[in-house]
Amino acid sequence: MEEQTKCTNCMEQKTKKEVEELLTKYERHKDNLIQILNEVQEKYGYIPPIAQLTISEYLSIPMAEIYGVITFYSRFTLKPKGKYNISVCLGTACFVKGSQVILDRVKSTLHIEEGETTKDGKFSLDATRCVGACGLAPVFTVNDEVYGKATVKKLDEVLEEYSKKE
Amino acid sequence: MPETKMIHLKIDDVELSVEEGTTILIAARKAGIDIPTLCYLKDINEIGDCRMCIVEVEGRKGFATSCIQKVEEGMVVHTHSPEVLEARRVILDLIISNHSKDCLTCIRSGNCELQDLSIKFNIQNIEFEGERNIHQVDDKSPSIVRDFNKCILCRRCVAACKKVQNIGAIDCINRGFESCISTAGDNSLNDVDCTFCGQCIEACPTGALHEKDDTQKVWIRLKDKDTFTVVQTAPAVRAALGEEFGMPIGTNVTGKMVTALKKLGFDKVFDTNTGADLTIMEEANEFIHRFQENKNLPMITSCSPGWVRFAEKNFPDLLDHLSTCKSPHQMFGAMVKSYYAKKYNVDPKKIFMVSVMPCIAKKYECSREEMEVEGLRDVDAVITTRELARMIKQANIEFTKLEDSFFEEPMGEATGAGAIFGTTGGVMEAALRTAADTLEGKSLENFTYEAVRGEEGIKRATVTIAGKEVKVVVASGLKNARKIMEEIRFGKADYQFVEIMACPGGCIMGGGQPIKSSKIRAEVDVRKLRADCLYSIDEKSTIRKSHESPVMKMLYQEFLQNPGSEIAHKYLHTSYHPQKKYNF
Amino acid sequence: MKTIEQIEEIRKKIRQELDIRVNSKSSTREKHILVCQGTGCTSSKSPEIIETFRKILKEEKIENVRVIRTGCFGLCAKGPIVIIRPEDTFYAMVKPSDCEEIIHTHIIEGKEVTRLLCKDVDGTMVKKLDELNFYKKQKRIALKNCGVIDPEDIDEYIAFDGYKALEKVLTQMSPGEVIDVVSKSGLRGRGGAGFPTGKKWLFTKQAEGEQKYVVCNADEGDPGAFMDRSILEGDPHCVLEAMMIAGYAIGANKGYIYVRAEYPIAVHRLSVAINQAKEYGLLGTNILGTDFSFDIEIRLGAGAFVCGEETALLESIEGRRGQPRVKPPYPANKGLWGCPTLINNVETYANITKIILNGAEWFAGIGTEKSKGTKVFALGGNVVNIGLVEVPMGTTLREIVYDIGGGIPNGREFKAAQTGGPSGGCIPKEHLDTPIDYESLSEIGSMMGSGGLIVMDDTKCMVNIARFYLDFTVSESCGKCTPCRIGTKRMLEILERLCEGKAGEEDIYKLERLANSIKKSAICGLGQTAPNPVLSTLKYFRDEYRQHVLYYECRAKECKALAKIEIDPEKCKGCGMCKKVCPVGAISGEIKMPHKIDQEKCIKCGSCKQKCPFKAIG
Repeated sequence: MEEQTKCTNCMEQKTKKEVEELLTKYERHKDNLIQILNEVQEKYGYIPPIAQLTISEYLSIPMAEIYGVITFYSRFTLKPKGKYNISVCLGTACFVKGSQVILDRVKSTLHIEEGETTKDGKFSLDATRCVGACGLAPVFTVNDEVYGKATVKKLDEVLEEYSKKE
Repeated sequence: MPETKMIHLKIDDVELSVEEGTTILIAARKAGIDIPTLCYLKDINEIGDCRMCIVEVEGRKGFATSCIQKVEEGMVVHTHSPEVLEARRVILDLIISNHSKDCLTCIRSGNCELQDLSIKFNIQNIEFEGERNIHQVDDKSPSIVRDFNKCILCRRCVAACKKVQNIGAIDCINRGFESCISTAGDNSLNDVDCTFCGQCIEACPTGALHEKDDTQKVWIRLKDKDTFTVVQTAPAVRAALGEEFGMPIGTNVTGKMVTALKKLGFDKVFDTNTGADLTIMEEANEFIHRFQENKNLPMITSCSPGWVRFAEKNFPDLLDHLSTCKSPHQMFGAMVKSYYAKKYNVDPKKIFMVSVMPCIAKKYECSREEMEVEGLRDVDAVITTRELARMIKQANIEFTKLEDSFFEEPMGEATGAGAIFGTTGGVMEAALRTAADTLEGKSLENFTYEAVRGEEGIKRATVTIAGKEVKVVVASGLKNARKIMEEIRFGKADYQFVEIMACPGGCIMGGGQPIKSSKIRAEVDVRKLRADCLYSIDEKSTIRKSHESPVMKMLYQEFLQNPGSEIAHKYLHTSYHPQKKYNF
Repeated sequence: MKTIEQIEEIRKKIRQELDIRVNSKSSTREKHILVCQGTGCTSSKSPEIIETFRKILKEEKIENVRVIRTGCFGLCAKGPIVIIRPEDTFYAMVKPSDCEEIIHTHIIEGKEVTRLLCKDVDGTMVKKLDELNFYKKQKRIALKNCGVIDPEDIDEYIAFDGYKALEKVLTQMSPGEVIDVVSKSGLRGRGGAGFPTGKKWLFTKQAEGEQKYVVCNADEGDPGAFMDRSILEGDPHCVLEAMMIAGYAIGANKGYIYVRAEYPIAVHRLSVAINQAKEYGLLGTNILGTDFSFDIEIRLGAGAFVCGEETALLESIEGRRGQPRVKPPYPANKGLWGCPTLINNVETYANITKIILNGAEWFAGIGTEKSKGTKVFALGGNVVNIGLVEVPMGTTLREIVYDIGGGIPNGREFKAAQTGGPSGGCIPKEHLDTPIDYESLSEIGSMMGSGGLIVMDDTKCMVNIARFYLDFTVSESCGKCTPCRIGTKRMLEILERLCEGKAGEEDIYKLERLANSIKKSAICGLGQTAPNPVLSTLKYFRDEYRQHVLYYECRAKECKALAKIEIDPEKCKGCGMCKKVCPVGAISGEIKMPHKIDQEKCIKCGSCKQKCPFKAIG
């Protein structure tokens, strides 16, 4: 950890190398951009600037255009997400079953808005559109874990549980 | 050639036939019917975003986008039905609702396409007021100010940057209401791959993009009695300045411009064309040497600072191909502060050198570290054609009524070769005139090079000088520059001499020139009219080759010795350094 | 690489083995335990159920019992679902801990586990899947294989006539004949607008161009809709096969499936299916020994609803921001990289193989005059049986909500049904008997859309619902054209003012003016239909809007700022808890006497409501 903060430059170089490695399996075609970004997002939890630059050079796409694509698609983020990313489904089926209340509760409990991360980097919050578990509405997820038929009480319990985790 | 098919249609009860492939918008304009537009920029931005140009086509659900939609046989179009007018009015209202309405203090007041429409639609109050996007103004760069609060998201600037110039320093980011035009990582234009060519400013219909205004800097010096104010004007300025005062495009206003500058209070008014002659003396000499030694060929011109910044950011490996010559106004500035100051006994420290340029990258250029000699800046301020026009208006000078007057002696008379510097192909032609005479050792009768004139973005030619073939290429616009540079990088180029200008069409179409509305750009060939003006100045000149200029002879005799001499290098040459494309 | 004969061999062999899946009288000693592994059931631990079953079977050394993962059975509200064939016993809400009992009681002892059987809405105990009212009015064409086969086993697909349509097309039909059959079937696009599929195929076939593409739009983004996802998860091969048939018909050899990255299971099953098809030589060059070649690639979306719009989808496949293009030119003429491109939605493709095998007349015999076949709906919201239903076109809304959906839970009243997601509208009670097809829905101000059907009870405020949809549109608008970028935002602002009690009557007119203007002037379908939720609620629930501006009242009590919090004097026992908890001292009353809330002072925080032990505050 210490070394990382000491040497952001080394970190950047490391990321650059990793991204270059990842790029080798893609042809230098512009239409691969979104596939590549999906993979980088998956790998790092966000799309670091150095990755943007590396992709820009590889695909010969101006960096501003890549930035435009990243900021267009909600799956791509520019900042790392929290260790536990909470997504509250705001699809219609969940909405009519009260998911707004769940969302508001997360906000007030963790003191963050949608798209934000808690200061300790532990939790981040998203409002998503339909995770497809409409039968369980209202639904929220923590990372890959789905919590259906959610109530404020259930949410509180889940948050409590994760707060205790490392 | 197969005969083009004609399409018959009816627009607002006017029956007409137009060529297949014509858009409804163009067809309507041919019939004398004007359809309002905002995002439309002929051939550059035809994306139908703003929705102002919507029209009704009988038998079709929803409105048609007239700037994109092609005419079809038997089509019946209504451009001004009550439904269309209502929809356009709502759209305009919406655009204005998200626009900062400080028109009185806006740099584009009076030349704003949004303002024009607002007047046309008699907008007196905004019905759909609501939240506005508030953005910080980016004025970090020496050249461009980006004020997104005035942006209407027409994306004309994006097209100019990406499609025309192939840079892509700006693009649309975010989505929905949050959408805006920005750079990679929302950094200042100063810190990204922007070249300061300013084509985005020329494309902007509002005041969202404009040059950094340096007129105040100049006014202060003009008022200061202790300062010796000197001004020089680039070749392209005289071909366009009149437009700002309602004169026809391409009017040569040299005489009036000089009078106006004197009236503004400049102590001396000089011509950058003389600087251009000087550039030719040095550049032709540099070329002859490189050509004879076959070293660092092709040699590439370096008088376009947008191009130089582009090269430093994108082709750092090829910088030694660039001519080491400073650009004409920098050379001229250096001469004023050395030769002229000494000759006329003026303290060079008190000289304030102002360049009036068609270019906003010149503002950046004059601030470059390299551009000084012995602690004296070559040029102290650069103002654009537009800024000069504003100063003239501010001083209550009735420009159109001014008498003609002449540039100051002893450096007043420039050659025709200097004049054509302002258009694509001009530097090449001027250099060839001198190089050919020098190599042949005589004054040639045939010295015009038609092959490097004209509107094409890339012009290739082979000329024979002193029995040797010289392959030359002229590129204007950075998209074309990139093509040529890649040819050179991959060893596919066999040229010896390359002229590159950052702006498509050259300096006459620079980012500091009067801004023409989308409609004028669609209907008039602005480039040609301005270029014709410069070529006619050349034709009317008594001396049309730089090396035959008495001013040049005097300069070299009295001060510079020979082209390429040590002293010439000290004042007139510079160096280039690789730049990081992004600085964050 | 397999030949037609080899495929036929697999089909015969496996079909026999799988007879038990569809024939309850199958004379076999085998049993199949089918466990739903759609997204819904997966999130309630169905993979664990499969593992547990397998573990027990192994430990107990029970043979002749197979545990099969399947796609969605439809009745998601009762998930995880386990079905035992051949007897077709239906177990609902199964937990991993129930597996032991199912094995012992059902498999070994041959008795039903009664406590896991499902009760129908009328209270009757249901033993078999098709005894449920939920299934009685359904007709499964697109979902035919969902819940029947293992979606990750190509042999099972082949067993149930899989790739037979492709075989028929390649060996017996000309491209023109294929298009003819599709046209005559009357199939229309299931993605929303209902454009005749045959016509689309024909236009793409006729378009000039060497290279053509087939695209499958699987970017299902309507909030509350999951039809396409269920098809991809339950029967991925039927989509692949249809795309190949389309490729043959229009003259394309390359296909793309654009699918949401938020559907990991669907993506996984699709890639498994593509790999298996490649192994069998059903994808690649010289398919089934003919000179037809076809390849399919998956492209992942990255979270932008607008990419469901066909031209935005193309932009996205090409690696750009998903901003729609102005039409015409239509994708049929100028699509992917400027080449003629056929784009159909998942459910549309899912009908193709059945049409080819059963004939155009068969399909055209189902549905209404102008809308043929069936439609899959994702039934959700305030309805008892939440899940996936497939009904013949022309079924009434009432049949879906009450007969299939089991009506409104908690004794509440039906208020409206929303179809078409953010592009559709709210349908009120008086139109419950409208037979559902493309035309009738748009006549009553809604649209078919992709198939989301959300039922709302009387606790829902229609202004708030309109606000919800506009909020969705605003955050999903691509920002390209003015009416959608700024116009929908302004509509949302007005709706927010309405919900907060800050709007005046003129705001309703402004809203209407904006809505009508945006509808006509936006570039793409998303923008043009964005005002529908507002226009339809204004049409049917205008009074509710007026209540919000004239009396600052929200009768459904959903708009917090307007909802009056009141104490029911009948229920209040005068304990005084509410008085204590009220932060602004708005509650007064004597102990043991009914209390009262001063509406002037009340800030509607709801603290009293939560505290009241007698549920007297509402």
